[in-house]
Amino acid sequence: MRIEIQIQRFDPDNGQEPTYESFRLEVPRHITVLDAIIQIKDEQDGSVTFRRSCRSAICGSCAMRINGRSGLACDTLVVDELDRFGEIKVQPLAHMPVLRDLAVDMTPFWNRIESVKPWVEREEGTEPEWPVEKETLMPQSFVDELDDVSRCIMCMACFSACEIAEVDDDFLGPAALAKAYRMVADPRDCETGERLSKLNEHGGYWDCTRCNQCVEACPKDVKPMEAIVSLRREAINSGLTDTVGSRHITEFLNIVRQEGRLNEGRMPLKMKMSQPMELLKIMPMAMKMLAKGKLPMPIHPPIPRVREVRRIMDAKGKGESK
Amino acid sequence: MQWVSHDVLIIGAGLAGMRAALELPAHLDVGVLSKVHPVRSHSGAAQGGINAALREEDSWEDHAFDTVKGSDYLGDQDAIETMCKEAPSDIRQMEQWGVIFSRADDQRIAQRPFGGAGYPRTCYAADRTGHALLHAMYERVLKRNTTVYSEWFLTSVIVEEGQCVGITALNMSTGELFGCRAKAVIMATGGYGRVYLTSSNGLVNTGDGMAAAYRAGAPLMDMEFVQFHPTTLKSNGVLITEGSRGEGGTLINARGDRFMSTYAPNALELASRDVVSRAEQTEINEGRGVDGCVLLDLRHLGRDKIMERLPQIRDLAIKFAGTDPIEVPIPVRPGAHYSMGGIQSNLDGITPVPGLYAAGECSCVSVHGANRLGGNSLLETIVFGRRTGAAAGQFVLDRAMPNPGNHHLDEQHHKIAALMDTNEGDRAGALRQELGTIMNQSVGVFRTQDNLTEAVAQAEVIHTRAQKLWVMDKSRVFNTDLTEALEFQSIVDLARTIAAGALAREECRGAHFREDHPGRDDDNWMKHTIANHSEAGPVLTDHPVTFTRFEPQERTY
Ligand SMILES: Cc1cc2nc3c(=O)[nH]c(=O)nc-3n(C[C@H](O)[C@H](O)[C@H](O)COP(=O)(O)OP(=O)(O)OC[C@H]3O[C@@H](n4cnc5c(N)ncnc54)[C@H](O)[C@@H]3O)c2cc1C
Ligand code: SF4
Ligand code: SF4
Ligand code: FES
Repeated sequence: MRIEIQIQRFDPDNGQEPTYESFRLEVPRHITVLDAIIQIKDEQDGSVTFRRSCRSAICGSCAMRINGRSGLACDTLVVDELDRFGEIKVQPLAHMPVLRDLAVDMTPFWNRIESVKPWVEREEGTEPEWPVEKETLMPQSFVDELDDVSRCIMCMACFSACEIAEVDDDFLGPAALAKAYRMVADPRDCETGERLSKLNEHGGYWDCTRCNQCVEACPKDVKPMEAIVSLRREAINSGLTDTVGSRHITEFLNIVRQEGRLNEGRMPLKMKMSQPMELLKIMPMAMKMLAKGKLPMPIHPPIPRVREVRRIMDAKGKGESK
Repeated sequence: MQWVSHDVLIIGAGLAGMRAALELPAHLDVGVLSKVHPVRSHSGAAQGGINAALREEDSWEDHAFDTVKGSDYLGDQDAIETMCKEAPSDIRQMEQWGVIFSRADDQRIAQRPFGGAGYPRTCYAADRTGHALLHAMYERVLKRNTTVYSEWFLTSVIVEEGQCVGITALNMSTGELFGCRAKAVIMATGGYGRVYLTSSNGLVNTGDGMAAAYRAGAPLMDMEFVQFHPTTLKSNGVLITEGSRGEGGTLINARGDRFMSTYAPNALELASRDVVSRAEQTEINEGRGVDGCVLLDLRHLGRDKIMERLPQIRDLAIKFAGTDPIEVPIPVRPGAHYSMGGIQSNLDGITPVPGLYAAGECSCVSVHGANRLGGNSLLETIVFGRRTGAAAGQFVLDRAMPNPGNHHLDEQHHKIAALMDTNEGDRAGALRQELGTIMNQSVGVFRTQDNLTEAVAQAEVIHTRAQKLWVMDKSRVFNTDLTEALEFQSIVDLARTIAAGALAREECRGAHFREDHPGRDDDNWMKHTIANHSEAGPVLTDHPVTFTRFEPQERTY
């Protein structure tokens, strides 16, 4: 079949702004977006630049935005895109500097991964010295629990889709947090406490808005948002309560009590009221969100039947913050 | 002129390269250089598993026997014994370093049956074993705080007065050429599957390290032995793991016959890979195939088992073949998969060029001989990555930092400038297709003297054309058109050694099958093929095979 693909082109060498270039080509019906782009590079324009290797969704090289959605080009069929969108437009991943065409500079992403110390830290003196006589015993149920997070291929599709990553440069992002959870949940790791308290800070697991974008973008079904929720649960269970996060939960409940629903505009204000410096810190992000039309308005009236909400909350005994 | 220095420089950040890095003592200055980010290395694509005789009922001697037999007696038995003896410890160490292996009921590492093995000794992490190992290894490398040159492309190995003294490389993101002085260089650049048109290998598996070492004077060994995996997808060569047959999958032809019962009545689908690939090719050639393929049937395993044990395989089949194996058999055919040949090296990674080491798929130790058993190559990367790191660490102790001349860098500048300055000639992509087709047809599963003679001649012509490729991309920044041209120059050098070795070896052994010379010929060919570089093409000699305890027998499954 004959198709057209629009590719966003950019070369820092020629000093021009990114522009779309359109390519027409004849392809078999069952072809991936990656194979189509490879065909363009081989047959039409050798300067089209992108990363690729395995072409089987395991090396994580070929993530890009296809019709606006972040995902793997080798895992996306041309026909599916045409059926859904009627066209194929490819761009590099978002929230990272573009190196060239579809390749972004991933350094900031790798730095985030590194910052969560993504290795199993063992108790002093238990480092396995060669020859190693025994493996750790572990039931398959542990393995299953870690199954989702251990599938991550570090493709960065989730980060590119994440709305907080867009506005807050300090946010570690879904993949790094999922990796952190992978370590926290590993019975062989001895730094669970340190990890949880470090990630309790700004940029960590409390900064996610649970928008689910990362879960939808992830080609390996890692479900980063669920890992983030698990980190929060672990944190609270381990007694990390006087923190941004648990204040968040408290304020969440207070606002719902007052207004009968969550007012996302008020949340950050309420939370940071007690700390003027903190409020200043989030201002640049708030401005960015405002500019992108993502800031909810802080003032709106309670819903009509707010009393019923309060009654339900009181009945549940969770209405008051402690 | 830009130079950096390291005590030990490792080229390649797959399992072998990173394992070597971890073995080098902290006081040494170690650099790891890789053309893709470490976790993008092809090791991550390995699905099925890694072998070790972990259980009391199994023994390293049995593992060694299976490996020797699988190698069709061409493997060096001292190296095989070492690998099988050390395997359990290396697996346990990887486990303790963080790899999440699948578990058996007794909470120990689970093991599955694999082709050519007399005991279920393949450890696995679902069907993404390589991925689990590679990421855990990378995490350890981060912990060790090693200098990693990510997306740097090796362009040459520098040898002065017979000693390896460094390398040159291109920093892909800036387009700058660098030299690196090193007291020792470890080559860990993986395999050359991309020499063939249909291959299970990633597009980066172009054998650059082997080719660069070869041009610098290191001998390549047993290059004619290329493993064809019996189950690759028709559309793009993507692999369906042997684990799918280990879990009970069967192969059927167009008539629905389970044809392996005629070729390997005992081992059936789990016979050695060369045996299964030839059986499939025979079925296809004799008209019992389906559209150039045979069928891999998993239906009888049932939904639950497929979902639990082979989830990734199911995804791949749905995505790339448009079939859900729970309901329909998957069309598969043989595809180039593993490079048994490589840089001649011993069981400490030492090559005939002092200062140059090799480990992993780019090396030829040789533990795989004429045919590798599934699950043994991940093992090789870890055992010999470790041993090579240790040996190189020793070697550099009393060695001064060499000081290679600037002309090495000049030469590379000229070579690249020449590629960048032309606007005519062949494009690498088109030539790769041309050569790959020849290799598939004439140097594939079945080989004859006529076909091979023709292939040798054609590869020589393509080699000449490949010296003047047309690089359309003129940018300095991340110029993948340029690196593809350089990769193709590696491919064509290696293709010539493969075809030459295959033409010379007048027998059938393991993966090498000469229709015009049936049967294994131990009297004349129980020896390794050595290829040395010359301007006119590969010059072949040979090298004896090391025997310890296993006498050659006929190989049947
Ligand atoms: C699809 C598939 C499935 C497999 N399944 C199994 C299995 O189940 N069990 C098993 O035992 N084996 C399996 N194998 C084989 C096994 O995966 C490989 O043999 C092994 O991983 C090779 O590891 P390596 O470290 O030698 O090389 P690789 O992991 O390939 O790494 C090579 C490194 O060299 C670098 N490099 C290459 N060229 C250059 C250059 N010019 N400049 C700089 N750097 C360079 C690359 O960037 C990369 O980092 C499988 C292979 C494939 C293709
Ligand atoms: S759920 Fe959280 S981490 Fe995931 S995309 Fe949304 S904000 Fe980002
Ligand atoms: S979590 Fe998913 S999307 Fe994010 S890096 Fe990992 S595999 Fe990619
Ligand atoms: S090419 Fe490896 S993930 Fe797409």
